[in-house]
Amino acid sequence: MATAQAHTETKWWSGGKSPFNVEYGKLMMWYFLMSDAFTFGAFLISYGTIRFSQNYWPDPNEVFNAFPLAGHANLPLAFVSLMTFILIVSSVTMVLAVHAGHNMDKKGVIKWMIWTVIGGIAFLACQAWEWTHLITGDHAVMINGQIENIGTTVTMNPWGPAANVAAHDGHHVGTPGPVAFGGYFFGITGFHGFHVASGVGINIVMLIMAINGTFERKGHYWMIEKAGLYWHFVDLVWVFVFLCFYLI
Amino acid sequence: MEHAVQEITFHHEPGGKEVVSKIIRTTVILSVITIIELGMGLGMYALPMAEGLKLFLKGVIVILSLAKAFYIVGVFMHLGEEVKNLIMTIVVPLLLFVWFIAAFLYEGNSWKNLRNTYNPKQAVSAPAAPHAAGEQH
Repeated sequence: MATAQAHTETKWWSGGKSPFNVEYGKLMMWYFLMSDAFTFGAFLISYGTIRFSQNYWPDPNEVFNAFPLAGHANLPLAFVSLMTFILIVSSVTMVLAVHAGHNMDKKGVIKWMIWTVIGGIAFLACQAWEWTHLITGDHAVMINGQIENIGTTVTMNPWGPAANVAAHDGHHVGTPGPVAFGGYFFGITGFHGFHVASGVGINIVMLIMAINGTFERKGHYWMIEKAGLYWHFVDLVWVFVFLCFYLI
Repeated sequence: MEHAVQEITFHHEPGGKEVVSKIIRTTVILSVITIIELGMGLGMYALPMAEGLKLFLKGVIVILSLAKAFYIVGVFMHLGEEVKNLIMTIVVPLLLFVWFIAAFLYEGNSWKNLRNTYNPKQAVSAPAAPHAAGEQH
């Protein structure tokens, strides 16, 4: 296939120029993200393996049905939808910041980076609320013939099949579900949240550098582009976390 | 060989309104796909349906998520604008996931069947410390 083609229009590298026509740091960011994709993929596939090995797995619509300030209203997936949209929107503001950078528009970069940072912090705040709600939200569960109130942690899972009894006050009583549920949920959303947190940190540094005019002096906004790649990757991973934990 | 020495790197043509409108269009596509996915997820919960139909809907949701991934990587991360060989060095290794997913899910399912056959008492409870390959960073 790599026969002697004309010099013009050929996509094959012929020496004398950067083969991928891309800056070193950006290329390395791509390879880092690819390896990170394998890390996340390994986590999610491991979760899938365990889930496939169980006869019973909790229905996400029942586990994730709470919304801040909504009390005990049954709102399946509402809160996680909000989190998803926050992350998508912050990804959009990031790409707008990158676009402003291409145009050497310092004010635009600063404006959109501020919105991106706000989006990231809002997402983390949502996740903090969700974790707190899961860990502290007690559910009546039949354990060894006794009804106990347990939350969802890495060692406890109240989301098993329903027990054949009702509590004195008529509340639903369950049985313990697969322990792996909490471990995988907190492990993977935690690892993703860690990525969001470091992304917010990187974005804040980029914002400060943009405000200080560092990129203007350099003559380009490539750093914003690289931070943007990382931030979009965080959004990309959330697409799959959302898919694996909440939708299916 | 052209003029060597200096590294020639990629320059996005600045682009104006059409870039922004492409971003907005992609945002709308991502949002609509997400809403459809949510509708299907809620439908599986709210409406009584056969297991086969549920499995089909889950398959559709997976495909829609892959479409979202395609838009995020292709448009937001501008991978579509890079040199083709660069795209290939990113995308081709990811094909390992095809084997990775198929093999491990098959393994999990087989584990369930074996346990149900030979140790039905433990079938409901989960293993204490699940280990899977490839968790190291």
